Amino acid sequence: MSDRGGTRNGGRIGTLAEARLAAGFGALLRRDLRLAVRQGSDTATVLAFFVIVVSLFPFGVGAEPQTLSAIGAGILWVAALLAALLSLDRLFQADYEDGTLDYLLTAPAAPSLLVLAKCAAHWLTTGLPLVLLSPLLALLLNLPNAAYPALIAGLALGTPVLTLIGAIGAALVLGARRGGVLLSLLILPLYIPVLIFGVAAVEAAATGQGFRAQLLLLGAFLLAALALAPFVAAVALRQAAE
Amino acid sequence: MSARLHAFANPARFLRLARRLLPWTAALAAICLAIGAVWGIGIAPPGKPPPEGQGETVRIMYVHVPSAWMALFVYACVAAASAAAIIWRHPLGHVLARAASPIGACFALLTLATGSLWGAKMWGAWWVWDARLTSVLILFFLYLGHIALTHAFDDPARGARAACILALVGVVNLPIIKFSVDWWNTLHQPASIIRREGPAIDAQMLAPLFFMICGFTFYFFSVWLLRARAELAALRTRALKLRLLAS
Repeated sequence: MSDRGGTRNGGRIGTLAEARLAAGFGALLRRDLRLAVRQGSDTATVLAFFVIVVSLFPFGVGAEPQTLSAIGAGILWVAALLAALLSLDRLFQADYEDGTLDYLLTAPAAPSLLVLAKCAAHWLTTGLPLVLLSPLLALLLNLPNAAYPALIAGLALGTPVLTLIGAIGAALVLGARRGGVLLSLLILPLYIPVLIFGVAAVEAAATGQGFRAQLLLLGAFLLAALALAPFVAAVALRQAAE
Repeated sequence: MSARLHAFANPARFLRLARRLLPWTAALAAICLAIGAVWGIGIAPPGKPPPEGQGETVRIMYVHVPSAWMALFVYACVAAASAAAIIWRHPLGHVLARAASPIGACFALLTLATGSLWGAKMWGAWWVWDARLTSVLILFFLYLGHIALTHAFDDPARGARAACILALVGVVNLPIIKFSVDWWNTLHQPASIIRREGPAIDAQMLAPLFFMICGFTFYFFSVWLLRARAELAALRTRALKLRLLAS
């Protein structure tokens, strides 16, 4: 009897805590999205950077359609990587400077969940627009038609990984001198696996091979990053706020 | 385990141990390196049969292979020290991680330089995007990031903590990066340049190589202890300066 009561009680506390966690997650996600929409600069800057970097390559390597379609996948992925990096150093910076971060860390929600909410907002405002814009740029680079599904699916799976790994770096460089430059040094080596398999998927698709294996691996990276990165970033945030 | 480790949390006790160990590791390093260098460069044959087109350049191996081994081993040491610093809040963990990382970067750079020199003769190019060389290049970048993060903060304690987390993230990522690079390399590498299996190492070359590896390892331990002592001294100087300013 008492046992049953205990379970019921524990269950209720469990759902209450869960509800509170979900509310905290939702509130932070909504706040960050609203900030991004009202300030509106980050998304536009990142997209402009992406377009400009990609449009520089024809000047560098020559405008022959064959050359461009051969290296187009690599150009798009490297440009997406750099564009993601561009906005990452501000992921926690503003909250760190005005003290919101200390407040968030004392909230009842788990810090890793808060990191996850901030990452979700960051991806929705910078990663997703990149994915949506990529077919247009692929057109400029003369990518073969067969490569489009692999490019879009790969970027859709890969850009959240970039955000999640980047969150660790962004948390680590809080309060550092020249944090932005330092961030690229810390994070870009860790991006190499995503780059390799993202480009490999597009190349496989362009030559008419299956690209399922590469996408599955990108999916595996995403799952691993979802499980581990918010936790590590939360540890880094806590030591930054100490 | 942690209790035994914490016996060395006292810097004075660690310094005593370091002072007692240092002559031994330094002497062992000198002996091993002398034997390995003379045997490897002067006495051992350059392979049986001598690898075609390589001649005496094969002796670069006696520096290249130990350096590559040390580049990995030092990263493991940095990660272990960082783990001790984070998990048990062991105060020496920070110092040891901070002291080891530049040594590891030097070994990685030495691996790249000797690999490049060897490659110039063997492959006819100063740099080839070989899977192993590329992995060492990325490892070198990870070291650079670690060193830069350590020194990026006005408060050294903050830099040390951040660098520890980065070192552990790197350890989780290293196998993934290595696997990805291997996979990428098999896709893109024209197979004619690099033989998958190098010539099997002759037993007469294995012995001096072993001495060189031991010598490099003891050399690392000696420099590590020296650098850790210097780091502790620097921390102490800083603390004294701060106290002087406060008074």
